[in-house]
Amino acid sequence: MALFGFKHGVHPPEEKELTSGLPIRRMPYPEELVLPLRQHAGKEAKLCVKVGDHVERGDPIGLADGFMSVPIHASAAGVVTAIDWWPHPDGTMAQSVHLKVDKYAPQVPRPRLVPKWEGLTVEQVVQAVQNAGVVGLGGAAFPTHVKLAPPKDWSVHTLIVNGAECEPYLTSDHRTMVEYPERVHFGCRVMMQTLGVKKAVIGVERNKPDAIAALERTKPADLDITILPLTVKYPQGAEKMLIQAVTGVEVPSGKLPVTVGVVVQNVGSLAAIAEVFDTGLPLIERIVTVSGHGLKRPANLIVPVGTMLRDLLAYCDGVAVDAAEVIIGGPMMGQAQSNLAAPVVKGTTGVVVLTAAETRAEKVYPCIHCGRCLEACPIFLNPSLLGDYARVRRYDDMADLHLADCMLCGSCAYVCPSNIPLSQLFQASKVALRRAQQAQKAGAA
Amino acid sequence: MPLMIQAILILGGTGLVFAVFIALANMKLWVWTDPRIEIVSQMLPQANCGACGLPGCHAFAEQTVQGKVEPSKCTVSNADQIAGIAAFLGVDAGEATKRVARLLCAGGTDVALQRAEYRGLPTCAAAAAVAGGGKGCAWGCLGLADCAIACTFGAIRMSATGLPVVDVDLCTSCGDCVEACPKGLFVVRPMDDHLLVQCKNLVSGDGVLEACQVACTTCGKCALDAEAGLISVATGVAVIDYDKIALATERAVERCPTGAIVWLAGAQFARVPALSSAEAA
Repeated sequence: MALFGFKHGVHPPEEKELTSGLPIRRMPYPEELVLPLRQHAGKEAKLCVKVGDHVERGDPIGLADGFMSVPIHASAAGVVTAIDWWPHPDGTMAQSVHLKVDKYAPQVPRPRLVPKWEGLTVEQVVQAVQNAGVVGLGGAAFPTHVKLAPPKDWSVHTLIVNGAECEPYLTSDHRTMVEYPERVHFGCRVMMQTLGVKKAVIGVERNKPDAIAALERTKPADLDITILPLTVKYPQGAEKMLIQAVTGVEVPSGKLPVTVGVVVQNVGSLAAIAEVFDTGLPLIERIVTVSGHGLKRPANLIVPVGTMLRDLLAYCDGVAVDAAEVIIGGPMMGQAQSNLAAPVVKGTTGVVVLTAAETRAEKVYPCIHCGRCLEACPIFLNPSLLGDYARVRRYDDMADLHLADCMLCGSCAYVCPSNIPLSQLFQASKVALRRAQQAQKAGAA
Repeated sequence: MPLMIQAILILGGTGLVFAVFIALANMKLWVWTDPRIEIVSQMLPQANCGACGLPGCHAFAEQTVQGKVEPSKCTVSNADQIAGIAAFLGVDAGEATKRVARLLCAGGTDVALQRAEYRGLPTCAAAAAVAGGGKGCAWGCLGLADCAIACTFGAIRMSATGLPVVDVDLCTSCGDCVEACPKGLFVVRPMDDHLLVQCKNLVSGDGVLEACQVACTTCGKCALDAEAGLISVATGVAVIDYDKIALATERAVERCPTGAIVWLAGAQFARVPALSSAEAA
């Protein structure tokens, strides 16, 4: 085992210096907010407002639909002007609530929407975190309360905190660790006590020495928290890679981390847990890195959830003349956007604007079987062969080659000298395979 | 050479014993199969496309000979072939309702907004996974011809405006295009169902026209004139109840301000678009 790292992986240019030194600032409210009801993994929230309703900051506009779901809250006081289909950052359309923001709404004293953490039982903490709408802020938006209540048949011994932030450009987690280390530690405390674990490890890539120093400085004396500097490599922040780097254990294929006794949570999510218990307000804003060479003024911003990309980019003085592509997330795994009306959702870690020169389409050549993708793949798949199968639509053979384990990190496509868009081939294949399986199931039923 | 003779006798004798055993077993276990099955199977197109709902042409032949399925259920065979099978079996060919694949989108590049340029893998499946494909309408046809590649019968060709055009004569209603389309835009419908809503956009109101000039705005004009229950606009797009299709009239089409609802007699589009130059060549 490599010391505090994993095997394979790639080293894309970090590009973090654009924003890594910029303090987090708050973005003012835009005129209008768009809140999709689907902002998390699991079931969509159930709408609980109607057009014309006045909502206060933090009021629910959608309620959790079952355990694998969280509510959605209004990020600002305002009036519901419409409920309709609206572009979602994932490229689809989603039922969304439009809020006309009352920018100068008076701050009315009102009861806490989230109880104080001290003195709550485990069940109450899980309930409070769900009611506060907290999800993983690392991108996948997995409901946090589900991680707080792992299945009874597995025992958790370590909480791993993901502060790797290996994706180029993004610095929101970095700045969170530098500026709010106490929140990270408090979130850690909440999770450790709720899960009943004695040990926590915060994994941070070595390229963030200020974050490591800040976390070390504020480390609570009564908790067993280790801050572990990790090798700088992509995808160090992928859940399974991080577990391997920290514990040396590999999570079995198709299994959850809890089967090896760990729970992984992103630093941003821990800070969010701390914040909701601190302020009593649910999760209605998040830290977003707005960066890229195609952007005039990169920044780390606290953005109200539901802010449309065009408002966000306008606040950053707009895009440069040669801006060509807007990505939500980082350039490795992020989603290209076709519509700047799409809003920032809970899982939006960053918005990156790339220039025309950076996004130039390269000619795709045939595979020369150099094997670089095999050396890059962090989970030891054979991207070359998988790519060949994907082109001829042999999806079942791809499933046999463990396509399901591919997390679409893009390392293979990054190193490919023939510019084969392997990651995209696999993404499309995964969708095709899922459709075929669903059709098969429907046929059998 | 006694050794050689011995070997011949032993092997020959064993062979004989087994031959007798196999002959007896064959007589004992003999199953009569209708010789017509093989002949009918030969008369079928052998495409094994599954459009009839059976696992393949042999299974279809079996069922036809047994009288369980009418020969006309094979949508790939033409009328002569079906008549041939029916005459051979001495059965009624059955009512052949020609079914064809219909595209539920009329938003070609001439009428629909292309909001972003897509430069990834040139397949619909891949484009659909990236930002929904860059088209202004998230439900619309991406025009990268996954269906045309999937079509075994060469019945789908791309138009100059980036829409697949189904050749109704070649279409066998096998349903491969239905499976291939990541946006689920194909349906297989009887040719006699003339009325069709060629739009799947769920956004209501005139704002949708910004994305596509031929989108359904859910104005409800088509439903007003039609027989009660034939057309509903409750879900964000006009929906035709095909149980009541016999009541459909061309009135609905005349009333539609955008042309999202069409009356099809034969060809797939009300206005058949020109095939792209590459395709036509």
